[in-house]
Amino acid sequence: MALDTVVARREFLRVTGLVGGGLLLGTWLDFGTNGVLDAAEVPDAAAEFMPNAFIRIAPDGAITIMAKNPEVGQGIKTMLPMLIAEELDVSWESIRIEQAMSEPAKYGTQVAGGSTATPTNWEPLRRAGAAGRQMLVNAAAAAWGVPAAECTTAAGVVSHRASNRQMTYGQLATSAAALTAPDLATVTLKNPKDFTIIGRPIGGVDNHKVVTGAPLFGIDVTVPGMLHATFVKCPVFGGVATAANLDELRTLPGVKNAFIVEPGGTALNGLLSGVAILADTFWAAKSARARLKVTWNDGATASQSSAAFSAKAKELHAQAPQRSLRSAGDVTAAFASAAKTVEATYEYPFIAHATLEPQNCTAHFRDDAVEIWAPTQNPQSGRVLVAKTLGIAEKDVAIHIMRSGGGFGRRLNNDYMVEAAMLSKIAGVPVKMLWTREDDIQHDFYRPAGFHKLKGAVDASGALVAWQNHFVSFSNNGTDFVPSANMDGQEFPTLAVPNFSIGVSTMPLGVPTGYLRAPGSNALAYVMESFIDELAHAAKKDPLQFRLDLLASLPAEAPRGTVVAARMKGVLELVAAKAGWGTRRLPKGTGIGIATYFSHRGYFAEVVEASVSKAGVVKVDTVWVAGDVGSQIINPSGAINQVQGSVIDGLGEALLQEITIVGGRTTQSNFNDFPLIRLTQTPRIEVHFRTTEYPPTGMGEPALPPVVPALCNAIFAATGKRIRSLPLSKHDLRWA
Amino acid sequence: MPVTFTVNGAARTVDVPADMPLLWVLRDVLNLTGSKFGCGIGQCGACTVHLDGTPVRSCQMPAAALQGQKITTIEGLSPDGTHALQKAWEELDVPQCGYCQAGQLMSAAALLAKTPKPTDAQIDAAMNGNLCRCATYTRIREGIHRAAGTVRTTTEAGGTR
Repeated sequence: MALDTVVARREFLRVTGLVGGGLLLGTWLDFGTNGVLDAAEVPDAAAEFMPNAFIRIAPDGAITIMAKNPEVGQGIKTMLPMLIAEELDVSWESIRIEQAMSEPAKYGTQVAGGSTATPTNWEPLRRAGAAGRQMLVNAAAAAWGVPAAECTTAAGVVSHRASNRQMTYGQLATSAAALTAPDLATVTLKNPKDFTIIGRPIGGVDNHKVVTGAPLFGIDVTVPGMLHATFVKCPVFGGVATAANLDELRTLPGVKNAFIVEPGGTALNGLLSGVAILADTFWAAKSARARLKVTWNDGATASQSSAAFSAKAKELHAQAPQRSLRSAGDVTAAFASAAKTVEATYEYPFIAHATLEPQNCTAHFRDDAVEIWAPTQNPQSGRVLVAKTLGIAEKDVAIHIMRSGGGFGRRLNNDYMVEAAMLSKIAGVPVKMLWTREDDIQHDFYRPAGFHKLKGAVDASGALVAWQNHFVSFSNNGTDFVPSANMDGQEFPTLAVPNFSIGVSTMPLGVPTGYLRAPGSNALAYVMESFIDELAHAAKKDPLQFRLDLLASLPAEAPRGTVVAARMKGVLELVAAKAGWGTRRLPKGTGIGIATYFSHRGYFAEVVEASVSKAGVVKVDTVWVAGDVGSQIINPSGAINQVQGSVIDGLGEALLQEITIVGGRTTQSNFNDFPLIRLTQTPRIEVHFRTTEYPPTGMGEPALPPVVPALCNAIFAATGKRIRSLPLSKHDLRWA
Repeated sequence: MPVTFTVNGAARTVDVPADMPLLWVLRDVLNLTGSKFGCGIGQCGACTVHLDGTPVRSCQMPAAALQGQKITTIEGLSPDGTHALQKAWEELDVPQCGYCQAGQLMSAAALLAKTPKPTDAQIDAAMNGNLCRCATYTRIREGIHRAAGTVRTTTEAGGTR
């Protein structure tokens, strides 16, 4: 997955970044504004990790910790400062958390994606806090003329027990600021048993603002003199506006300007062509839009449709794969001699992100520079896109990272950001651009559809001896998959099977695709874990035992990025115990299903109990979850939130969601035809964590993938019907 | 057209198009941005406000219907953010992204005003029109029970019903 490259880079940079990081501290112990090495002084400064931008202690005792990453509901604005506060040794209640702007030279990578923030920040941010603590201790020791080793800290106070002296961090701020910063690689970190903040359930730092309706989100931004804009793009992806009744639009009530925007290039995630309408309120702009008459040049994508993709996939499946991803052994011979062979074709649809806050951005362009207020998961890529498209320098793009009303991967793309920036540039005024829900559903970067033709075989003992997958996906050059449409040849369970062959064929796609929470995994888990279930039944083995047997067949040393058998076994056994797997007697129409998946460095196993009424209505009753994200759950409250959210999100995808392309455009438009899961469809969810010796990893995604196949496997158990396509709402599940 | 109505206890007069929904009057004219835009078709509940204590979707209520009405928004749910539901939401750490929560709270507050001790079924009926894309539903239900002082019927880690 593409985001993994970000992580790999980060892990490398962590090593280089920890060395040095010079400080020059003023009146404040301010690691940020007073003397962090200038970008020009640091090799590879754009990516240099400078932890000292994170802490500010004023002489009056006010302690501010910067939250570097975009908050999209994953709780990162709370969790990352917890790491700093723990090692700085302050009381959580005494500190102020401030959202950082997009300044990678100061804060390092600022991305909400790939569940990467925990693994990449776990150690560096604790070191940043520990460095601050050490300097404060050194300042106190110097003032008292005692060895630093005799000083202790707690809750923002340095103490010297032998002489019964104490000083607060505020009292020490000025003298600490004059000291030389320690080498971050050598600072001492706490023993985890001494943690007082990490491991404690802590509520979101913005919760009070949320519950009182304070302005907080991108959509709440107001800039003096701004106009409200709507931006109408071609319903066919990549289509271009050639003419519009602009003069008429400009005469409508409240409308201040209307113009056609030329495309910024050919990339679907750049600036697309469209018609902008600017007015004194959003309602005036939207009302004028109802009167818009525009001529579109639809372009080539108009010939594409979901039905045609399915037909083409069928055609491709009838042939040999265009290329092999990975193979081992001799599948042909293994199938010929197997005791039992199973074949099935699985497919899943495009789906949209549908963040509840529609895409929006506020921009103020003036003097060849632009100031931007954006709900974005990836501000730096937005900066690059805006600078390139507007023809200005990257340093002249200032980005305020606004809280996002949901992300789910949608806001890793910054199309709305470059639109707002260009509208402001053209109009010469600050512009707040807001998409309608229809814009949002119809101009997403969708989770791509996919098609898998699978064949598996078991021997007389019930062991999986052959596994074949012909994956049909999308590529516009025959080699590179479109975003999020890829698959790894090492996808579980291949490495556990002596004979396997994973091949791929592709077809072109003009529909934009992108990363949806647990990208790739949210679809592949459904396919692999459903087909494994089919094979377990074919082998007449318990589905849990069949999986445990597979894990026992994995190579002892897991190749990088593949399943570590012991961890997956651990979560499977834990969830089975909690769910009473194999011990429950269920009435007809009720079934229990199990699935497990490894993604984003996390291991999750889930059991779903679901009932299907005689009329065919599915009700998910209970989901048991067991997760292994390493040695420490940093914020148990946030972690459980993420698991509950991921599980319900996955159920919604499985039960309800599909985007259908007809004539190169999306047919769905709002929550009436692209439903989100609701409160009454929410099951009871039990969450259990297993801690292991591995470093902590992220929680935003890995709990989602297994719930989809666990549900489908439960439905099979309840009805005998195997779910080989999604969503479930399209299946007739009636029984008598 | 000029319209005079009461928002959070204060009389306000605005001059807006007759078809302008209350949501946009609140957000773009009165600068009360707590009520959120999610769908514009009354499907998500993010824009929920109280009309004389009854929850309504402000995206569906035109300015022409506002004359003389009493509207309460999330900003006016309590003077200092200490409504029992607001406290419960903070205690249980209900919000994830938080975008839908103003609407959730307004729907829940209207429920508790009429039904101080709601059952799960009554919560379902009152809250099913409010979407939460982050799916904080488990804690929303718990939060309502906590604010109402009723027994929680949903649990988290390791619990049983």
